[in-house]
Amino acid sequence: MKINDVILRTVTKIVIFIILTLSVYLFFAGHYSPGGGFIGGLVLASAVVLMYLTSDIETVHKGMPFDFKLVAALGVLIATGTGFASVIFGKDFMTQAAMKLNLPIFGETELASVVLFEAGVALTVVGVVVTIILSISEDE
Amino acid sequence: MTINLAIVIPFIMAAIIPFIYRRFPKIHIGWIVLLVPITLFVMLLRLVPSVAKGDTYSHTYNWIPSLDINFTTYLDGLSMIFGLLITGVGSLVILYSIFYLSAKESLQHFYCYLLLFMGAMLGVVFSDNLMVLYAFWELTSVSSFLLIAFWHHRKASRAGAQKAMLITVTGGVSMLVGFIMLHMMTGSYSVHEIIHNVSQYTDHQLFIPAMVLILFGAFTKSAQFPFHIWLPDAMEAPTPVSAYLHSATMVKAGIYLVARLTPVFGGDAVWFWLVTAVGLITLFWGSFNAVKQTDLKALLAFSTVSQLGLIMSLFGMGSVAFKLGYSDSTIIYTQATFAALFHLVNHSTFKGALFMMVGIVDHELGTRDVRRLGGLMSLMPLTFTVAVIGSLSMAGMPPFNGFLSKEMFFAAAVHMRDLDIFSLSSVGVLFPVVAWIASIFTFVYCMIIIFQAFFGKPYEHSDGRSIHEAPIGMLISPLILCVFVVGIFVFPNVLGQYILKPAMTSIYPGFAPADVLAPKIYAWHGINTELLMTIGVVIVGLLLYRKLKTWKPVYRLFPYRFSFNELFKSLLEGLESGSNKMTAGYMTGSLRSYVLYIYVFFIIAVGGFFFMSGGFAYSSANDAPVEIYELMLIIVMLLAGVSMLFVKSRLTAILLNGVIGFGVSIFFVIFRAPDLALTQLVVESVTTVLFLLCFYFLPEWKREDSSKSVKISNAVVAGAVGALVVVMSFAVMYYDEFDSISAYFENAYELAGGANIVNTILGDFRGFDTMLEVVVLFIAGLGVYTLIKLKVRKGDTDVED
Repeated sequence: MKINDVILRTVTKIVIFIILTLSVYLFFAGHYSPGGGFIGGLVLASAVVLMYLTSDIETVHKGMPFDFKLVAALGVLIATGTGFASVIFGKDFMTQAAMKLNLPIFGETELASVVLFEAGVALTVVGVVVTIILSISEDE
Repeated sequence: MTINLAIVIPFIMAAIIPFIYRRFPKIHIGWIVLLVPITLFVMLLRLVPSVAKGDTYSHTYNWIPSLDINFTTYLDGLSMIFGLLITGVGSLVILYSIFYLSAKESLQHFYCYLLLFMGAMLGVVFSDNLMVLYAFWELTSVSSFLLIAFWHHRKASRAGAQKAMLITVTGGVSMLVGFIMLHMMTGSYSVHEIIHNVSQYTDHQLFIPAMVLILFGAFTKSAQFPFHIWLPDAMEAPTPVSAYLHSATMVKAGIYLVARLTPVFGGDAVWFWLVTAVGLITLFWGSFNAVKQTDLKALLAFSTVSQLGLIMSLFGMGSVAFKLGYSDSTIIYTQATFAALFHLVNHSTFKGALFMMVGIVDHELGTRDVRRLGGLMSLMPLTFTVAVIGSLSMAGMPPFNGFLSKEMFFAAAVHMRDLDIFSLSSVGVLFPVVAWIASIFTFVYCMIIIFQAFFGKPYEHSDGRSIHEAPIGMLISPLILCVFVVGIFVFPNVLGQYILKPAMTSIYPGFAPADVLAPKIYAWHGINTELLMTIGVVIVGLLLYRKLKTWKPVYRLFPYRFSFNELFKSLLEGLESGSNKMTAGYMTGSLRSYVLYIYVFFIIAVGGFFFMSGGFAYSSANDAPVEIYELMLIIVMLLAGVSMLFVKSRLTAILLNGVIGFGVSIFFVIFRAPDLALTQLVVESVTTVLFLLCFYFLPEWKREDSSKSVKISNAVVAGAVGALVVVMSFAVMYYDEFDSISAYFENAYELAGGANIVNTILGDFRGFDTMLEVVVLFIAGLGVYTLIKLKVRKGDTDVED
């Protein structure tokens, strides 16, 4: 039986960008409004999963040649590593810092070290979710 | 500070070695490693004069001050002896290993583990904080495990490593409990503070338990009877490791601990009896069993056990001085401790040399079975010299250092007769008798080493290869040790004044002037009981050696199945099968059972707690009115939930489950929790995909055919869980046993700089939780991956035995 999923494929091609944009937005919005590393990562992961659903694994892998296990490991490394960064500056473990910057287009922007930590969380979530789904689906 | 550094340097090198290993393919990596112990040895040697004057060095690096755990190092006479042994013997062993191990072995692992051990062992002897000491102590067990199993393709290596690990770590954990008890009594983890204050606590109810537990740790580590069984099995390690860890350093960690804590516990009858009696029994049992060994390395292992017992018993005898207090007449008892320290150093020299000698024989001939060896004297003259010097020193013969310390040991044992404390008057006579008999057996096995391996019919290779002396590189280290064996005999007081004297003042702090504690050592002190005992040992020993064949059947009197090895084995097997049965009892492999366990536990623990604390309070007075669309949503979710019970296919069930999940997220929207709603939505989508993937692998969904009673009990549990959750969610609003923590987060904007309170909690206030959750998530992901990808497929061979 041949599966007819033209609609799904066509919609995905457009929707995937919306989802990816949303995930980036959510990631950065987290400091002041709903969002954050965990949700951002999860949305990103669901976008990847959607791609896997519509196209086959090889095609997606050509577009995104990452080993998602490494992505997850990198995330854990960043998340724990930012904790140690404050130790180097003589502060307690996981002390976060923030500063205000005036950027040309964005106006007054806050730069916070917690973003790095959240990035670690996001990468871990993406990596783990995709790893789990891929390894289950590839099992014979 | 330098001492903290001395502990850290080997660890740093251990981390670097695997990386630079490939960089220098031309050089044997051991030459680079060799720099570490030599540097440290020279560094320590430079401190010897000032330590001999009575100086001590201490440095604290605060680690976890709130728990009183700090990386405090303390260098005094006692730790100096061990530090010199670790680095000195370490240098010689590494030099020896360069020629012993061929470049084909995985040398980067070997030297990495060896450096790991060296750092850990230095940490044990230099740490003042008991918790840090414990951490290093266990690290020595771990590195010993790795080194014993270095040739891990051999089954015996793995078994020996496991046995050593199990026994020493069991002891280590009990020691940890003992340390914690000490902390509960004295409020300090610092050995020196404890020694300072301990006199107030000797009547404390934890004093004896703490002592016994710590001794258990020390005995297992130092292979004391009946925990000695791991040491002979540990001989599966490469010979340099046996020479280093299992004769010169690691097995002396227990002795170090006993010496270090003598000022704490010494003077107590239990301490005296345990240390002395266990030491003497070990001394006898080790030497008695060494005689029957045919493998030279096993023989040396038992002889190490026996010598460790000797040193241990001497420390026990020396502790009597604390009971009697200091006076001119008690000096003879402090001399037992002096003899212990002296023999400790001597043992490291001659036993190290002997192990290296056996390594050479094994390396050149491919066997170390005394029944096959013979006539090596003329073929390997240098190796023979090492064997003779080492063995005679071990047997306590002049002109070697073993003679001096053995005489002092006899003297101490003889003096024990005269004591009338600790109910010694009745059994005191046993001390010299046991000491004497054990020495006879020691003499006999030393003769076995010399005569059976080096005299008699020459050994011949089965393929007719000629036997020749080992390369000079392998001989340097044992020959240096032999120089020490003779040198210490000729100039014993150099060692006594510079190394042993400061150690005596650290064992007997404020006891007496150091010069009184450390006597001058003389090789000849007239014809006295000790000398007569030595002559007796030689005569009886020679007789027994001549008649070895006639009395050897004595060993067959003990049936093997009553031996400690068998006891250990059956204990281990029993433990394995027992826990296997227990686990098989509840791990049915059916997810339904596991869910049942979780729910039953939930009902008992959570429901029980609410019930006991009377937390079920509810009034609808403060509730907001229920809107019509909320009611509709609830009805939809209810319908989905109930109809899930009656659907025929899994796909429908998943979709219905999705309905509930999305319903919940709409509720989150209504109740103004956008973060939760977003998360719930995405999680719902991803899990639905996951479900669909998993269900592909599941068998056809059939009607369940379990019995009625099972069905009813499942229904009861399910109903109870549902009811409990409902009741709880009403009750939590009125539960006031705990203070609300929300006040803490209210000024999140000032504290964390974020307006989204949920994220400030996740990323900042409870950042530590999030970090660990991320790690857990990662581990879970890896778990799924390995379970699926690395399972044994049909037709694959099982990689484990």
